[in-house]
Amino acid sequence: MNFETTIGLEVHVELKTKSKIYSPSPVSYGVAPNENTNVIDWGYPGVLPSLNKGVVRDGIMAGLALHAQISKHMHFDRKNYFYPDNPKAYQITQSETPIAHDGWIEIEVNGKKKKIGIAEMHIEEDAGKNTHTGQYSYVDLNRQGTPLIEIVSKPDIASPEEAVAYLEALRQRIQFTGISDVKMEEGSMRVDTNISVRPIGSDKFGTKTEMKNINSFNFVKNALEFEQKRHQAVILSGGKIVQETRRYDEPTKTTVSMRTKEGSDDYRYFPEPDLPPLEVADEWIEEIRGEMPQMPGERREHYVKDLGLTDYDAMVLTQTKEMADFFEAAVATGADAKRLANYLMNDVNSYLNDEHVDLQDTKLTPDHLAGMVKLIDNGTISSKMAKKVFAGIIDGEEPAAFAKAHGLVQMSDPAELQPIIDDVLDNNEQSIIDFKNGKDRAIGFLVGQIMKQTRGKANPKIVNQLLMKSLNAR
Amino acid sequence: MAEKLGREAAKHVAELAKLSFTDQELDQFVPQLEETMHLFDDLQQMDTTGVEPMYSPTTEVNGMREDVAEKSGQKEALLQNAPETKNGLIKVPAIIDESED
Repeated sequence: MNFETTIGLEVHVELKTKSKIYSPSPVSYGVAPNENTNVIDWGYPGVLPSLNKGVVRDGIMAGLALHAQISKHMHFDRKNYFYPDNPKAYQITQSETPIAHDGWIEIEVNGKKKKIGIAEMHIEEDAGKNTHTGQYSYVDLNRQGTPLIEIVSKPDIASPEEAVAYLEALRQRIQFTGISDVKMEEGSMRVDTNISVRPIGSDKFGTKTEMKNINSFNFVKNALEFEQKRHQAVILSGGKIVQETRRYDEPTKTTVSMRTKEGSDDYRYFPEPDLPPLEVADEWIEEIRGEMPQMPGERREHYVKDLGLTDYDAMVLTQTKEMADFFEAAVATGADAKRLANYLMNDVNSYLNDEHVDLQDTKLTPDHLAGMVKLIDNGTISSKMAKKVFAGIIDGEEPAAFAKAHGLVQMSDPAELQPIIDDVLDNNEQSIIDFKNGKDRAIGFLVGQIMKQTRGKANPKIVNQLLMKSLNAR
Repeated sequence: MAEKLGREAAKHVAELAKLSFTDQELDQFVPQLEETMHLFDDLQQMDTTGVEPMYSPTTEVNGMREDVAEKSGQKEALLQNAPETKNGLIKVPAIIDESED
């Protein structure tokens, strides 16, 4: 029996607004527990939520970035459940009227392009955070009310590989809008999966299982691959898949059933009476569209077509908006695009990986990197010297001044080099004879001697020119 | 006509609200809840053809605030209303993880 797989993904993305979605408490990290809370976040009796305009704006921008239809009339809905991280005992979310719907993004797997549909997007609030130790649990409500966008895909995803490609494309597009950090490892992007399997040709979907809060792309792939095989095996052995929530267990790379009480998912949604409905004007949508940064796909095309980079270069440089913006700003100064790309992809990226920092956390500026590249291109420094200059500019130093101060400047002046060359030739008669006899190796030896005399500072290109001239004159 | 609430449904709703009732209490509450449900049945008799649903008790739309953060400075006062706290956290009986998003 041959099977086909159907996967749907629900992604939560945390927004980088200054304040929470329904209260003016700050959205910030690394503060003391419950510091960023007020009476609204705690769900005190008599308080009223107030909607953050920035969240609606970001939601519309996300919708536009995912080619979705923006809802012109919306209201909020109340989802009821009791849990200590949710002090109101309900979450204000959107159910009936999503902020955006019917979008799509394009993915590419093994060279094949495919559009994955986005069913709906909602703006809603995050819950607080629980930690558990022994007899007690401890609640921090700082995260309570942090704005989220929930992005629900259509069940268009046919394999674990496509699921990861979708997540990668989604992460990138959202990252480029600048509304979220979308970092799985920091929880600003979270993934829930739904998967079902059915024999090819069957007109009914198989029973689906769900997994919540998987926190890396790799785990998503492993978890879905395991579930896909498990579903197939159960069906082949004549068994039945039970609709349930499962948990991915990384050490064993398997999924395990989480016992869920039957019928406990009953959220009794109703329209939120504490927030007025929203009417979104076309003018506002167009204003937000005008503020939308260029998306990674368009930038890649520009890099390849206009700047002569490879597809691979373009892909690496568009991993984050910060990297792409940096590259474009450096190119704008007139420095060589290919050389800039190489420095960003190699020296800069390995620095960022080693130090576990983001580009925007360093003191490196596009001007300084471009400046260093220009120094290489005009022969002021060698690419070997550039390694040392790089260590300076990553700490905010100006490249020309740094090179000068550290003696990292090539000798390119013929008036300075000629006497040294003459001296080396006078002391190496045998090499001149070897050269005249057609032994080209002699040139390498002589260049080596000149480099030794200048302690590696001679500009090899100029040295070669002068040396050939001098040899031929003897 | 809405269906009768019934004893099982009453138990289910109680469970969702993290409440548990004794049989005696259920004997008392089920008829009371059913009586309330009958009132809704009466409402259901109204012909609402062509009437827009009312999502808000006010006629206000777009009541939004600018994205400006304000520290409440009320942490200590808020924590005083928690039954128990530890290191600025609210201490609650151990909960099994069934968290939602």
